[in-house]
Amino acid sequence: MTYHWDFYTVMQSFDLLLWGVWITFLYTVGSILIGVVVGALSCWARLSRFWWLRLISRTYQELFRCTPLLVQILWAYYALPMLLGISISNTTAGLLTLSLYVGSFYAEIFRGGILAVDKGQREASAAIGMSGVQSMRYIIMPQAIKNMLPAFINQSVIQLKNTSLLYAISIAELTYMTSVVTSETYRPLEAYSLAAVLYFAMLFPLTQVADHFERRMRRSD
Amino acid sequence: MTTTSAVISVRGLGKSFGKLEVLKGIDLDLMPGEVMGVIGPSGSGKSTLIRCLNMMEVPTAGEVRFQGRPVTHKFRGRGGAIGTGELRRKVGMVFQHFNLFPHLTVLGNITAGPTKVLAEPRAEAEAHAMDLLGQVGLADKAKAYPAHLSGGQKQRVAIARSLAMRPEVLLLDEVTSALDPELVGEVLAVIRRLADTGMTMVLVTHEMGFAADVASRVLFMEGGRIAEEGSAEQILRNPTSERLRSFLSRFHS
Ligand SMILES: Nc1ncnc2c1ncn2[C@@H]1O[C@H](COP(=O)(O)OP(=O)(O)O)[C@@H](O)[C@H]1O
Ligand SMILES: [Mg+2]
Repeated sequence: MTYHWDFYTVMQSFDLLLWGVWITFLYTVGSILIGVVVGALSCWARLSRFWWLRLISRTYQELFRCTPLLVQILWAYYALPMLLGISISNTTAGLLTLSLYVGSFYAEIFRGGILAVDKGQREASAAIGMSGVQSMRYIIMPQAIKNMLPAFINQSVIQLKNTSLLYAISIAELTYMTSVVTSETYRPLEAYSLAAVLYFAMLFPLTQVADHFERRMRRSD
Repeated sequence: MTTTSAVISVRGLGKSFGKLEVLKGIDLDLMPGEVMGVIGPSGSGKSTLIRCLNMMEVPTAGEVRFQGRPVTHKFRGRGGAIGTGELRRKVGMVFQHFNLFPHLTVLGNITAGPTKVLAEPRAEAEAHAMDLLGQVGLADKAKAYPAHLSGGQKQRVAIARSLAMRPEVLLLDEVTSALDPELVGEVLAVIRRLADTGMTMVLVTHEMGFAADVASRVLFMEGGRIAEEGSAEQILRNPTSERLRSFLSRFHS
């Protein structure tokens, strides 16, 4: 079988793909930023001494970690509006779901990073008169962040890939735009190959950064 | 009643972990300038006692007073009581496993308390830190990270970190137990010099010779109680009770 590759046709719609890259980037960064806040709150609640806070946080985490993201996205866009009797735009549904989803994973990454800090560190900071907040800020967090960085970057890499599921609710991210280009050019092979290259170009540098931190961490142990 | 001149006084102190009663009614007065040695078998409650003095452990019975003021386990004290924040600024603690902050340099470790807790200007805190590093013989290690220090050096930095807060009392819990034998001497020498400057200390130790040297008073703990108490001479060189004698005989090499 001989296939005649024709990137020329597809390249004429390259600006559409680049727009998809831009939207993918926006949803990734947006959901990561919101996810960090949600994850930090959920982590804090999990470490709280109040059982009901721990329970709420735990329930949220398990709900989002144990159901497929695609189902969550569809549910937020189609089911939630019916339930609440309001209309929710695909932007809101998509961003919200992605954020809550990644937040549930971040929360556990944050918690693991904090718990991995030796308890002698909290004692030593308390012993020089630091408050709980000071100890957290100056002693525990700097060490915890170093612990959690590789897992955090990995989760963020997955998050960028997960934005492709927004395709299902017609958000103009890269996968959706690729389908648009495909239907315009009838060149799915070229279009999706190009999309894969674009995803790779965005993510490869990030995974290298994660590896770098992981290596550096192992060396300092 | 408590002797008013005591820096720390303890009355009827008890501590239980669940059903396990670890301290059973401890009374003691720590006088200014005094070096109090605490000895006793493992598990007798020495660490728990010393940790109750700065509220690292919250007592379940009795009371601790600092300069006559009752101590609470809250960060801020109310109505004449002293909270853990102020208490720990004035009562320093050195740990068996150093617990240096690995992400900070030696200098950063020592200035963390003064700059963050006491709000001292950085330059002032660093000058003081360099002075302390000189005293513990580590002026050349100011820029090093803890991972690059030997155990003995780490412990000397930990002592300097405590001293940077200009504490009135220093609590030391088996500070040489985690060290290789050849590194014990350098740490003991630092403590010895502190004792000579009149620093008030509580020293939990298994170094009986050293305790005999620097301690003005020695407590022998057993089963959560102070089984015997007296001058270092009395307790360590002329033990009367059979239990104490058999305990000490394990350290005579
Ligand atoms: N946080 C804790 N929880 C439960 N038991 C503890 C705790 N800390 C100490 N203990 C117990 O209290 C007893 C006294 O311990 P400790 O004060 O460390 O003795 P020492 O320092 O004399 O060896 C031991 O039986 C120990 O297992
Ligand atoms: Mg102990």
